[in-house]
Amino acid sequence: MKSKSIIRIEEIVKRYVLGGEHEVLALNGVDVSIPEGEYVAIMGPSGSGKSTMLNILGCLDRPTSGRYFLGEQDVSTMPDDDLSEVRGKRIGFIFQSYNLIAQLTVIENIQVPLFYQGQNLKDSYDRCAELAELVGLGDRLHHRPNQLSGGQQQRVAVARSLANDPLMILADEPTGNLDSKTGIEVLNMIGKLNADGKTIVLVTHDNMVAERAHRVLHMKDGKVDRDFRNPPRESSEAKKVA
Amino acid sequence: MQRSQFISTVHLGVKSLLLHKLRSGLTMLGIIFGVCSVISMLAIGEGASYEAQEAIKKLGSTNIIIRSLKPPDEASDSGGGGNFELNYGLTYEDGARLQSTIPGVVRVLPMRIIRENVRFNVNLIPCQVIGTLPFYPGIVGVDIVKGRFLCDADEKHQQNVCAITTALASRLFPYQAPLDQAVKIAGVYYRVVGLVQELNTPDKRAQTEDPEGETLDNFVYIPISTSRSRFGETIFRGSFPNIEAESVELHEIRVKMASTEFVETAAPQIKNVLNRFHDQGDYEVIVPLQLLRQAEATKRIFNIVLGSIAAISLLVGGIGIMNIMLATVTERTREIGVRRALGAKKQDITTQFLVETVVLSVGGGLIGVLIGVLVPLMVTYLADMKTIVTWWSVAIAFSISGAIGILFGLYPATAAANLDPIDALRHE
Repeated sequence: MKSKSIIRIEEIVKRYVLGGEHEVLALNGVDVSIPEGEYVAIMGPSGSGKSTMLNILGCLDRPTSGRYFLGEQDVSTMPDDDLSEVRGKRIGFIFQSYNLIAQLTVIENIQVPLFYQGQNLKDSYDRCAELAELVGLGDRLHHRPNQLSGGQQQRVAVARSLANDPLMILADEPTGNLDSKTGIEVLNMIGKLNADGKTIVLVTHDNMVAERAHRVLHMKDGKVDRDFRNPPRESSEAKKVA
Repeated sequence: MQRSQFISTVHLGVKSLLLHKLRSGLTMLGIIFGVCSVISMLAIGEGASYEAQEAIKKLGSTNIIIRSLKPPDEASDSGGGGNFELNYGLTYEDGARLQSTIPGVVRVLPMRIIRENVRFNVNLIPCQVIGTLPFYPGIVGVDIVKGRFLCDADEKHQQNVCAITTALASRLFPYQAPLDQAVKIAGVYYRVVGLVQELNTPDKRAQTEDPEGETLDNFVYIPISTSRSRFGETIFRGSFPNIEAESVELHEIRVKMASTEFVETAAPQIKNVLNRFHDQGDYEVIVPLQLLRQAEATKRIFNIVLGSIAAISLLVGGIGIMNIMLATVTERTREIGVRRALGAKKQDITTQFLVETVVLSVGGGLIGVLIGVLVPLMVTYLADMKTIVTWWSVAIAFSISGAIGILFGLYPATAAANLDPIDALRHE
């Protein structure tokens, strides 16, 4: 871990209040540091706090206490609008259920993050078309999501996550809705992105998926109970297939 | 927000609305009907009052009409019967006094109006025989259709000549050319010198033959000097033993003022002058200009009532829009979550939904304006009612529809923006 950390989490606690009195401690003092270019998988049973972890990592939620540095910025206490900007500029999201916007075409979906950063649709067109080409959908630019298969939709989502050239890509069960073959295609694509230098944080409960990461953070009861590295073999294989 | 980005947002809004064409169409319908009813109701109201106003205007907005009235208490006195001569009404001297005392008076036109039967061959028609001066057409507004009106020589020499209305001519002379024919009125023959048309009696009314033989538009104009010498000052009415005798010098005086500015101040002055010699209230003063003002006031009330009924329908349309937008927000919660995750600020989400509502309402407003302009045309065509589409009714209706879009869009839009991105993303 010689390269500098782009994610640094210190003593993060997240407490939810459910129905008045009842309190849930979703995260109970988590310390994690992720260097640039790493491929991390977060695993754990349901209720272990991995979704909360993902929300905080993705700047969708703020911790109750503790600090979170993304790049050089402390984002743990930022106001809502600033968080939106951080998400728009630094984070690429890939969701389990693709979450493409139904009324937009492939290219328009890829343009969405840039649109919210104030980029003209005309100006961002070429770059986004290139990204579509990269995920193998250069000939489907003007299709609607409902005209695409699940695998194709997820590839659009991958292209979309790259549009803003993020510091990190957050993938939440990216293969959960896909059959194993297309799932592997998508994972290979993510692996290739990592090989090209992107930092990837992936949430999964599938060991097969987690095996491809360099490092696995296993969570239990709101804490990271195991933090280990996989033998480095996946990235080369991923390169070959992609 | 940049201009190009705003255009993109509008574009996106239209796209989202087109995704549910039927729903968007039905939602727009409320606004379409609202705008359409505002415009067409105001057009019908405007048209109706326009006709009334035109009728009043034809009486002459610079004219003041003074009419002799039979004093009510005197009339009941004569109810007992007997040969009682009633002496009331305006006099020649009144006319002269008004001419000399009231500022701004241009001319004073005296009129004697006597009901008599006019006969030509076998045609006997009850008429109003109006004794007046040659400048009558210039003040009352009369179109000379054929021949001429009375002239100064007729007046001077008490000629037995008359001008008659076209309505009367068509009944009196169904087969002959009326000019230079002699008609008999109260035993005396008068030569017809002209055919005229009163401007303030529309054609339609003049042509209807009413069974009562009313003397509605059957006017015969004779020189006032002739009227005095032939009929005398005392007019007998009825038959023995209930003969009523009235002595009236003038039945009507029309005062023409130099401009409308003089009209309203002149009316009380005229009353002052006349009251000195008429203590029994045997006259009335009619100011067409005041009638016009009243008609305008009535029109305003009419417009407000019609306008507010229509505005309520616009409001209902707005509520319809809000309802649909709230449903849309719920339906698109997931999309909102995704957009928030991808960097959209609350403001962006608000703008997006607000733009959609405004596109709905302004789109509906535009269609409503088109239909609203067509409906009055149809009403005019089918119901033969005059309608006037005023530019301000279009402007009001359209801007209200836009305002409704913003007003009723604001709540759903803020509701959308205030969704928690995490909850929104998880929303099924």
